[in-house]
Amino acid sequence: METQELKKIASQVRRDIVRMVSAVSSGHPGGSLGCADFLTVMYFDKMNHCPSPFSMDGKNEDLFFLSNGHISPVFYSVLARAGYFPVADLNGFRKLGSKLQGHPSTDKNLPGVRMASGSLGQGLSVAIGAAETKKLNGDKSIVYCLHGDGELQEGQIWEAAIYAAAKKIDNVIATIDYNGRQIDGDLEDVMSLGNLSQKWHAFGWDVLEMDGHDMDDLKSTLDKAKSMTGNGKPIVIIMKTEMGQGVDYMMGTHKWHGSAPNAEQLESALNQLEETLGDY
Amino acid sequence: MTKAINIEVLGKKDTRSGFGEGLLEVGKKNKHVVALCADLTGSLKMNAFEDEFPERFFQVGIAEANMMSMAAGMTIGGKIPYTGTFANFSTGRVYDQIRQSIAYSKKNVKICASHAGLTLGEDGATHQILEDIGMMKMLPNMTVIVPCDFNQTKQATIAIAEHEGPVYLRFGRPSVPIFVKPDANFQIGKADQIIEGSDVTIIACGHLVWKSIEAAQILAEKGISAEVINMHTIKPLDEKAILTSIAKTKCVVTAEEHMINGGLGDSVAQVISRNNPTPQEYVGVDDSFGESGTPDELMTKYHIDTQDVVDAALRVIKRK
Repeated sequence: METQELKKIASQVRRDIVRMVSAVSSGHPGGSLGCADFLTVMYFDKMNHCPSPFSMDGKNEDLFFLSNGHISPVFYSVLARAGYFPVADLNGFRKLGSKLQGHPSTDKNLPGVRMASGSLGQGLSVAIGAAETKKLNGDKSIVYCLHGDGELQEGQIWEAAIYAAAKKIDNVIATIDYNGRQIDGDLEDVMSLGNLSQKWHAFGWDVLEMDGHDMDDLKSTLDKAKSMTGNGKPIVIIMKTEMGQGVDYMMGTHKWHGSAPNAEQLESALNQLEETLGDY
Repeated sequence: MTKAINIEVLGKKDTRSGFGEGLLEVGKKNKHVVALCADLTGSLKMNAFEDEFPERFFQVGIAEANMMSMAAGMTIGGKIPYTGTFANFSTGRVYDQIRQSIAYSKKNVKICASHAGLTLGEDGATHQILEDIGMMKMLPNMTVIVPCDFNQTKQATIAIAEHEGPVYLRFGRPSVPIFVKPDANFQIGKADQIIEGSDVTIIACGHLVWKSIEAAQILAEKGISAEVINMHTIKPLDEKAILTSIAKTKCVVTAEEHMINGGLGDSVAQVISRNNPTPQEYVGVDDSFGESGTPDELMTKYHIDTQDVVDAALRVIKRK
């Protein structure tokens, strides 16, 4: 898909995100805005996937697992805009009885979600499990997963990292949303990850880096990552992003990790984000 | 005169070996079955499956959290993963992984847990989990099974592949008498009446089923007719079997190798308090960690032995 088209979709996704969280005065806009470009490129350009009918098993489809489940607004918006469910369903976000739970779940059969996430650190293992099944099934598709950088403080991530390298899980592409911020503050202050690239290298992964807000870099790096699959090594992409990207007052701070804009702030945000596909 | 009780003993083996044999058999029957183990292949008796199906066996090393979430992921695409490690590391260590990725996500994972309870023995309290039934039964969508002997563990291991959804299967380390017939039809959620009786109902699971049979024999010598029910499935619980029996006996003893808090006895108490309040006595560990010792010594010291079942039966009969 053309870069211009992808940018239009991402702008609408960002509008969806701020409207969803503002409507219920809760949710996580910061990381959601930061990953809007990435998920747009994934679902509208890179992944081979079938929105309808949705198949839990996803045989011969690329799979995506959102490990940092708190950025559900961006996930839900992209899934809806890609055709997994009606965009009007975004109205239900975080409301009683809705399929759009605060954190993604399979409990109410929301198309596009294959695993609950929210408690951090589990999604890399899940992706590796799904990748093992694809290998057993002779399915050449790729399993993608996304993680927050703060999430890498969870020990299970590194259990999974060891496994994937030791067992040559070369059909997984993990992406790290490296925005450098977490709830309590800057990642460097809360718990530094040190040299993240070297860590992944040392764990036996092939490491790529990309700019999470440059559509062309996203496309070319994801292509490169795909070309590296099947070579006996797992692949991780460290994606530099800005938390709150696209809304000026949400950028440059960790404060919008998990708080929603009020009506006035919402209006300011929407003035910065072009409505391209029609609001839900 | 209460008639003598004759239960045919077919041999003596550990229940974990029943799991190992069952896993191999279910692997042959169902090509979707895969197995994961966290560096305890020998202890779990998973070697035969590994030798027969190396491509379907996943050694994950000492990383149980990764194993549980991986197993959940492996269901996507149609596999039926059986995870194997000690009961302690199958539950408490990985509760959140099970909760989010398996139970809440309704994934078809079979959590197979060995060395449960005090009868792990000399390793001591760090490994002797007595809370696992409680933790697992509290999870929505989870089925909890505690078979009583080698044959039943083998049968349960095979049966759970046909059940769509998360299962916790708990078994143990010591060699115990085998009394379930090798061709018995194991049904999840359907209790087995082992001995018919009229004075007291004894509902037991796991290793305490044999202890309860021994207790019934001692009670019979005292002229007391005890009904022994093997409640191999803690969840879903066979309420009908409980209510039918206590309608006749008017009192019940529950017996398990588990903490009294949160175990089989708690589940039985809920059923009878709602439907037919009846005196109940509990045989289980009373809010205590275990310690090192032989399995027999520990069963005696922590009051989950044959005599404890006898004493509980005598107490509860007096309360009728």
